[in-house]
Amino acid sequence: MMRPHRNHPLWYAFILHRVSGVSLALFLPVHFYTLALALTDPERLDGFFRWTELAVVKFAEFGLVFLLALHMFGGLRLMALEWLPWSDRQKSMAAGAAAVSFLISGVFLLRAI
Amino acid sequence: MLTVRLYMLQRITAVLMAPLVLGHLAVMIYAVQGGLSAAEILGRTQGSVAWFLFYGSFVVAVSIHAAIGLRVVIHEVLGLKGMLLELLTWTAALALFALGARAVIAVTLS
Amino acid sequence: MSSDLAELEVSVWRGDAVSGRYEDFRVPAHDNQTILDVVSWIQQHLDPTLSYRYACRVGMCGSCAMMVNGVPRWTCRTHVKVALQDNRISIGPLRNLPVIKDLATDMDPFFDKWVAAEGRHHPSRTRDEPIEQIDPEDAARLEANKGIECINCSVCYAACDTVAGNADYLGPAALQRAWTLYNDAKDDGRQAILDAVSGTGGCHNCHSQGSCSHYCPNDLNPMAAIAGLKRATARSFFKRSK
Repeated sequence: MMRPHRNHPLWYAFILHRVSGVSLALFLPVHFYTLALALTDPERLDGFFRWTELAVVKFAEFGLVFLLALHMFGGLRLMALEWLPWSDRQKSMAAGAAAVSFLISGVFLLRAI
Repeated sequence: MLTVRLYMLQRITAVLMAPLVLGHLAVMIYAVQGGLSAAEILGRTQGSVAWFLFYGSFVVAVSIHAAIGLRVVIHEVLGLKGMLLELLTWTAALALFALGARAVIAVTLS
Repeated sequence: MSSDLAELEVSVWRGDAVSGRYEDFRVPAHDNQTILDVVSWIQQHLDPTLSYRYACRVGMCGSCAMMVNGVPRWTCRTHVKVALQDNRISIGPLRNLPVIKDLATDMDPFFDKWVAAEGRHHPSRTRDEPIEQIDPEDAARLEANKGIECINCSVCYAACDTVAGNADYLGPAALQRAWTLYNDAKDDGRQAILDAVSGTGGCHNCHSQGSCSHYCPNDLNPMAAIAGLKRATARSFFKRSK
């Protein structure tokens, strides 16, 4: 169950940043491995790309693009919070980061299908 | 489990990667239409010094950045510390770098 | 008055450092009633062995903070109506601190970290020298002013998940104190403060979850103070490496 003290926007921004970061770190080895197939086994790589044409995989890719954009824009918010003069609009900026990320990954999904 | 040095490394690699991620997002959105193929990717990247530098610096930065991030999560969630935590941090950084370097070499140099 | 006949359902944590459980009590409801009133009523009328801590009852001393329905609060200034959920209140000891008994926590780790963050005065002059003149509109003084109303209640410390996950982490209150002194023209320990907040438990472990600022009963902003320390240590990091 959700701990009551966590129920506020910036804590959600934190958990999204952490979950997206860990997910991307776990995804990277797979990403690197498949790309290296371009050299070692191009036919398997093309087989892999055919697999990515499945709708469910496209949706998973959309998720990954969203996580990447979210981690970057959320991270930019954190660095602005830490290094630029203080702003009280942290909640709006966190929401903005999520919205822009959704927009970018949405464009990706529309181009992908 | 972050000292000021690890914190600075984490933030410097983050600043470095921000434009690289934007570039990566742009390439993905551009390239995904009509599906991907090994030939299409290699046609774009192979023998290109620019793409080698782009993805090469990306791999170096992400290996450092992700290893420090995982270190923090491992400490806070699993409670590991000391030599074991150092070992896991270095393992994550080196493994990501090795796999990443292999991929960059495969798509740009060969 | 009809509201005086109503009763509140109150669960209170009973236990020590090793174990414990919630015990249920029924307490008469009143129109004007704080959480501390409820705890005191239980101790005075139902169970004199209930242990808890308070002193001033007016939000000055910082000794009565507890977890109320899972959220850290100063109980003397928290109205029952604010915290009540379905006529129920759970009251527990502050999170992230060892329990002594029932609702009383051991505050030693909290204050030890206050000292470890160099949250003490480092005099810039002796008593024989004239008192330093301070411009109240000076930018650094205005920054220092933001943190001086801290009452050491440990609400921020109990709210922080980074404190929960990292035993070394100095926590929001101690770091805010360090930032306040860093900006105080009468404090001569600037480098000592930066060094103290740069170790494995220092300000760089903060994830800006903002629970400290969200729950601070005096509306202070420890998250912004910690960001100030990050900025100051980053600047000093670049200077030193040159």
